[in-house]
Amino acid sequence: MKKKIVIIDYGLGNLRSVLRGLERAGAAPAITADPEAIASADGIVLPGVGAFRDGMEMLGGLADTVLAAANETPLLGICLGMQMLMDRSEEHGIHRGLGLVPGDVKRFVPAAGEKVPHMGWNTIHIDPGTPLFDGLHEEEYVYFVHSYYAAAAPANTIASTTYIRPFASAVNNGLTYGVQFHPEKSGAVGLKILENFIERVC
Amino acid sequence: MVLTKRIIPCLDLKDGRVVKGTHFVGLRDAGDPVELAQRYNEQGADEVVFLDITATREDRGTIIDVVQRAADQLFLPLTVGGGIRTIEDMKQILRAGADKVSINSSAVADPNLISQGAERFGTQCIVVAVDVRRNYETAPGKTPITLADGRECWYEVVTHGGSRGTGLDAVAWVREAEERGAGEILLTSMETDGTKEGFDIPITRAVSETVGIPVVASGGVGTLDHFYEGFTEGKADACLAASVFHYGEFTVRQVKEYLAGRGIPIRL
Repeated sequence: MKKKIVIIDYGLGNLRSVLRGLERAGAAPAITADPEAIASADGIVLPGVGAFRDGMEMLGGLADTVLAAANETPLLGICLGMQMLMDRSEEHGIHRGLGLVPGDVKRFVPAAGEKVPHMGWNTIHIDPGTPLFDGLHEEEYVYFVHSYYAAAAPANTIASTTYIRPFASAVNNGLTYGVQFHPEKSGAVGLKILENFIERVC
Repeated sequence: MVLTKRIIPCLDLKDGRVVKGTHFVGLRDAGDPVELAQRYNEQGADEVVFLDITATREDRGTIIDVVQRAADQLFLPLTVGGGIRTIEDMKQILRAGADKVSINSSAVADPNLISQGAERFGTQCIVVAVDVRRNYETAPGKTPITLADGRECWYEVVTHGGSRGTGLDAVAWVREAEERGAGEILLTSMETDGTKEGFDIPITRAVSETVGIPVVASGGVGTLDHFYEGFTEGKADACLAASVFHYGEFTVRQVKEYLAGRGIPIRL
């Protein structure tokens, strides 16, 4: 049986690529905003592109559904979806996140000649013990596009990347995972991470 | 490790097929875009750009179907430009599976499109494509740029495939685009586009040094060394090329191996 993975549809982001990526990685994914479907899924993906406050606003009442489900269902936040897992963000004012992973989201402060957004392929240094990165090398290239980064505790950091400063490129707390990069846009490495989420985490 | 420099093959599309012209005229049909994009993917392309080059001129809609098919098969970043005039156009393209939309003439006509797009979809989604040509008539308020031969000019923004001047100073325009929320600048010089004589280094460098967002150099690549110059002399964050890849003069991998061998940070 293929695992049933729901992609939370709250009106933001490129859901199609996430859907096809999960299909390619062996899941039976569905894009949904239905609380029952979310509650009964084998795994949840919280995607997202854009601004933090808009993301939380558009998630709206679904936030409670996601929080309740996250107690017993593995969750993967991608990009803005990962940032929304954190306690707070300082993007355009201070805004509360879902609080599933301790830590704040901060803006990169670039020095002269450093560009923001951090856009392109950069290296992740992974914690080899985590099931999300099973079968990967300790350093892999993945695709990033973001202007804010998650400041997470070392205990919750399962991959780190350096751009302007070292930051958490992947986080974990219990059943909840988040990746700052886009696995659905990171070629074979990204598909392997999605496959690991489906097969090893869910 | 550092953020790597990107090599981006560009596919110019007309009626859903790949074409490539010199100075944007004299188009020649040559293939299925998704097939070609898949080949670039296998060669290690960091990203793919689809540019519907006739969209503005012939008032054509965008290319949802091609984008969907490409996004279903390629798990790498996809930028789509050409004929995107409204927030609704952007939404359709992004929902079809594109990661970024590139706006050019429509951003010049209504700069609010940049701000509104950035607010709605995030700055990282909004690429402002800037086509430029040299203007040797000195004018007040224009940014003077010295060319390799010592002559001085300013660069004027042109639209509609290079056929219309705007009077806009390119350096001022990219600064405004950044302030309005552009996440990236895709710079094409009409002076070098299609010539295979290399990127227009003076303006590429000026733009890269002006903005704090990534700059993609485009137009004029003919040799491996031209890519190297784009990154070193032009200070670009990514180099885009169409015909050298399209006609198989180099594979993406050859370019990347060459650059890595010369010390440019590249994902191999």
